[in-house]
Amino acid sequence: MPRGESRLIDDARLASRGEPRTGLAVAVWATLKRDLTQLARRRGDVLNPLVFFALVITLFPIGISPDPELLATIAPGLLWVAALLSALLSLDSLFRSDFDDGSLEQLLLAPHPLPMLGLAKVAVHWLLTGLPLALMAPVLGIMLSLPAGSYLMLAVSLALGSASLSLIGAIGAALTVGLSRGGVLLSLLVLPLYIPVLIFGAGAVQASILGDGAAAHLAILGALLALALMLAPWAIAAALRISING
Amino acid sequence: MTLRLQARKLACERDDRWLFEDLDLDIGGGEVVRVEGPNGSGKTTLLKILSGQLADYHGELLWNGEPMRDVRQVFLEGLLYLGHAPGVKVTLTPLENLRWYQALGGGAGGEQACLAALDEFGLAGFEDVPAGQLSAGQQRRVALSRLALSPRPLWVLDEPFTAIDRDGVAALEARLIAHARQGGCVLVTTHHELAASDVLTCIALGQGARDA
Amino acid sequence: MWSFIHKLGSPKWFYGISARLMPWFWVAAAVLIAVGSVWGLAFAPADYQQGNSFRIIYVHVPAAFLAQSIFVSMAVAGVVFMVWKIKVADMAAAMMAPLGAAMTFIALFSGAVWGVPTWGTWWMWDARLTSMLILLFLYLGVIALRGAFTSRDSASRAASVLAMVGVINIPIIKYSVDWWYTLHQPASFTITSRPAMPTEMWLPLLIMVLGFYSFFIALTLMRTRSEILRRESSKRWVRELAVEER
Repeated sequence: MPRGESRLIDDARLASRGEPRTGLAVAVWATLKRDLTQLARRRGDVLNPLVFFALVITLFPIGISPDPELLATIAPGLLWVAALLSALLSLDSLFRSDFDDGSLEQLLLAPHPLPMLGLAKVAVHWLLTGLPLALMAPVLGIMLSLPAGSYLMLAVSLALGSASLSLIGAIGAALTVGLSRGGVLLSLLVLPLYIPVLIFGAGAVQASILGDGAAAHLAILGALLALALMLAPWAIAAALRISING
Repeated sequence: MTLRLQARKLACERDDRWLFEDLDLDIGGGEVVRVEGPNGSGKTTLLKILSGQLADYHGELLWNGEPMRDVRQVFLEGLLYLGHAPGVKVTLTPLENLRWYQALGGGAGGEQACLAALDEFGLAGFEDVPAGQLSAGQQRRVALSRLALSPRPLWVLDEPFTAIDRDGVAALEARLIAHARQGGCVLVTTHHELAASDVLTCIALGQGARDA
Repeated sequence: MWSFIHKLGSPKWFYGISARLMPWFWVAAAVLIAVGSVWGLAFAPADYQQGNSFRIIYVHVPAAFLAQSIFVSMAVAGVVFMVWKIKVADMAAAMMAPLGAAMTFIALFSGAVWGVPTWGTWWMWDARLTSMLILLFLYLGVIALRGAFTSRDSASRAASVLAMVGVINIPIIKYSVDWWYTLHQPASFTITSRPAMPTEMWLPLLIMVLGFYSFFIALTLMRTRSEILRRESSKRWVRELAVEER
């Protein structure tokens, strides 16, 4: 163990650091704040996926039929698929600007576990993409004549499911961030992995329309999120390390 | 300040091409080490290995006598690396940029320390201007002001003089030498000629491309 | 211990041992597939429900088995490559991916052909077929990601990470698709959940499955050997080998 020597260096280094334990919390908090500040200054990046969501939903009645009964039957799936695609849209930029300006390199060199720092960035993505999509979905649900009683479930399932989508998607974003034309490839990698979340998310809404089983769907969505929370940060960290050295 | 970075029989193979082989290094405090070599000779790769970013090397790398792989955390706490890209967010102000680095690296002193660091690098008055409105040289200065922000013994700087004006170059050079005189260590690549000094040593990476 | 593993993984050693193993697998594959297909196609009794069309399982089932197994072995090879830095594992993984995609395609195609007499249509969103389709997308993602990097070292690592992420997701995808299918139940008959088969039917199937596996192993060995020569062409032992052969 390097204890003795590292102590020596630490002391010599002007005792400038606080407790080592609080260091990680400070770093994660600072990263969260930094990313939120950035997006607050570039509101377009936050609004565009929402506009895209509304646009895609508008296409369906035009492309299929304005018949409210028909729309009501396909509304849960449509809303979920459109929300999923909108969340996908903003994924490519998750690490892109950090990669381009060199701050990703610095993030990797921070004396903190990279999975936690990556998780902070994913949390920001969910806060500014998944959550707004979930809040907006009920409004679009009205436009698709989504049956009453399923609106709350739509928002809850999307809020819960989109957290998994952000986590899984971040793996793909981290893998492709070093590639100049990573956007389409990213969708190709990530969409198959989204299918379980889509099944249980859209299933939850459908179940709440039919009247039972929605809780089971939500429970599974929660389990998927727990699993993603446990495993995805490590995959994201590994992928970032690969991309930065490509 | 004790610090010692050693490499034994360091070699790096990237996609079946040996960038360098059999490199022995022993770098201690009080040195400014300039890594020289033509384009493509692996200068940046060597700095990335020596800064613990690339684990994909042959040979041994020791930090204060311990294998780098085992003491990575301790090593990173003593390292300041500046790469080709400045690592400055254009949407944030110089002050916000530095505050993030301060939190990330566990630096003390709060906002006052950041302002002082920016001032030292001639950015007084620009603290609250979004970095995107600054010139390339000023952005580079924002990155460089991290040198004044947190006292790290080992500096690894990849082309730090890029886009810096003449006065800035002289000041930076003096700062590197001062750091070495205080017992710190600087590893640097640059195409700019450094003035001869008793603390300056050179590593030549030579032959460039060579087949395995 | 470590040196043993590395010796095991040295391309030269692998090249030697695979030369001795490969013929056996080729012979086994040829014999098993020949016996299995003649038995299955000509001698096994016809199905009381489906008549002779059921005989397509002698291609469909082994291909589907292999499609899944290859993905798992690809991920295992990825782990071996990432943990022990054994290059042969990565070469094998690179060679397996197109093979797995081909097997998945064969399983899908034979399933579609089977669908014509069974369901009266080329495609049905049957649970097994849907999972297979998603598996095909996962394979295509791995292949595309590997091809997108200019640096082969990065490509290898990225593909390994993606294969690992994929292999964790495959069971989740499979179970969620099964759940989805039971909820919607569009067809009353699935190809997979069949009543117990008589011995005369499943024995040839077993032989076919074993034959397909031997074929896969032999082909992977062969392709990996040529990949070794390609990647190690500048190494001394390969040059000496070339001189000997001449």
